[in-house]
Amino acid sequence: MKLDASGLQTFAPHRADPDNLYPDLSAPPSFDLPGCPDFDGFQKKAIQMVKPAKGTTTLAFIFNEGVIVAADSRASMGGYISSQTVKKIIEINPYMIGTMAGGAADCQFWHRNLGIKCRLHELANKRRISVTGASKLLANILYSYRGMGLSVGTMIAGWDETGPALYYVDSEGGRLKGKRFSVGSGSPYAYGVLDSGYRSDLSIEEAAELARRAIYHATFRDGASGGVASVYHVGPNGWKKLSGDDVGELHYKYYPVVPAIVEHEMADAPPA
Amino acid sequence: MECVFGLVGDGFALIAADSSAVNSILVHKSNEDKIMVLDSHKLLGASGEAGDRAQFTEYIQKNVHLYQFRNGIPLTTAAAANFTRGELATALRKFCFGQSPYFVNILLAGYDKEVGPSLYYIDYIATLHKLDKGAFGYGSYFSLSMMDRHYRNGMSLEQAIDLVDKCIIEIRSRLVVAPPNFVIKIVDQNGAREYAWRESIPSV
Repeated sequence: MKLDASGLQTFAPHRADPDNLYPDLSAPPSFDLPGCPDFDGFQKKAIQMVKPAKGTTTLAFIFNEGVIVAADSRASMGGYISSQTVKKIIEINPYMIGTMAGGAADCQFWHRNLGIKCRLHELANKRRISVTGASKLLANILYSYRGMGLSVGTMIAGWDETGPALYYVDSEGGRLKGKRFSVGSGSPYAYGVLDSGYRSDLSIEEAAELARRAIYHATFRDGASGGVASVYHVGPNGWKKLSGDDVGELHYKYYPVVPAIVEHEMADAPPA
Repeated sequence: MECVFGLVGDGFALIAADSSAVNSILVHKSNEDKIMVLDSHKLLGASGEAGDRAQFTEYIQKNVHLYQFRNGIPLTTAAAANFTRGELATALRKFCFGQSPYFVNILLAGYDKEVGPSLYYIDYIATLHKLDKGAFGYGSYFSLSMMDRHYRNGMSLEQAIDLVDKCIIEIRSRLVVAPPNFVIKIVDQNGAREYAWRESIPSV
């Protein structure tokens, strides 16, 4: 069985059989399919093997002063940490940011794509797109690709004519409006900290600290999250990065090393 | 997990639905409104996969509106139910690459001048039934028997709400994966509207 890949060809045609050059010049370029009984299963597993940034902790919440968005920065491929310096908070435009959980490439590509669509909307209508509209553009694209292997779990946060807004969008086609979300493998841990410390009348500093702590505690318990905890704030004048702290250093800040108490001092045995 | 149920009373029909948006073990949201006001005198309560639910109910809503814009008169509840069933049945047999049928179960309640209140049951394999009372999801095991026992023809609004509350209490006390919050909407000669929320935890 051969798979016709002529549509993928960019230059220099690759012949199917290198030992038998030019038996039929019109034969389309092709490659052998892996010889396995379950091709679909093989393909699914192969895709999973090269899909990084599965484990993640991201969170965002709305409060009186705007929206706080925070994330860790670890990318992992199974048990292997492939990067500790990933930008999981993607700047769509000066008033809107998105978070990244799931497939790194899928998130990056579709956020860039969303950025293009938002800019075109701005040029066509002479006003910025609402967060509601932008999140729906993304949700509709993801929904149209459902069941085809996309893996995206994202939050779109921003400030538009209606004030602060926050949406959760995923590759299953779900789109939720809300005040407080966390996405990724570390999200249950982050929710634990976030839910207990959240108030709508938090100051920006308090809110940033809450987000930082939630990410820190998630990275502490979730092996697939780590690196630095980045915190962004979106206000009426757009987003601003507030901090990026190594969670290892945060650990020693939150829980300083205390000198261990020596319980029993060794003493020389008294001379008999 | 998902609970949607509804019933027909004296001069009105109502639908109650849970309001949890769940992703495996995580509750993302507990005030998600799953009952769409389809037009001035119709309610559409839906349960099923999150993406399909939002996309399909909105698709139905926009088409019902389009019909009204084009023809100047709204669809009757029966017509809207048959239209919805038809769209579901078409999607069910359409197996293109990457496409899958809509996984949504629907309760459609409406009020028409000629026929009064009515309730239609449409499931994801495009079964259409006209019922006095119906339910979907895990909650249906409890709410169906509760309604079978306590439902009477021509119930007053007060009696009906009482029955809905009985169902919600039974679900909350007997269902392992019971959702905390519910929304109740009604439709009568004055139109479709939200009636009340039944919240046992503050919504996030």
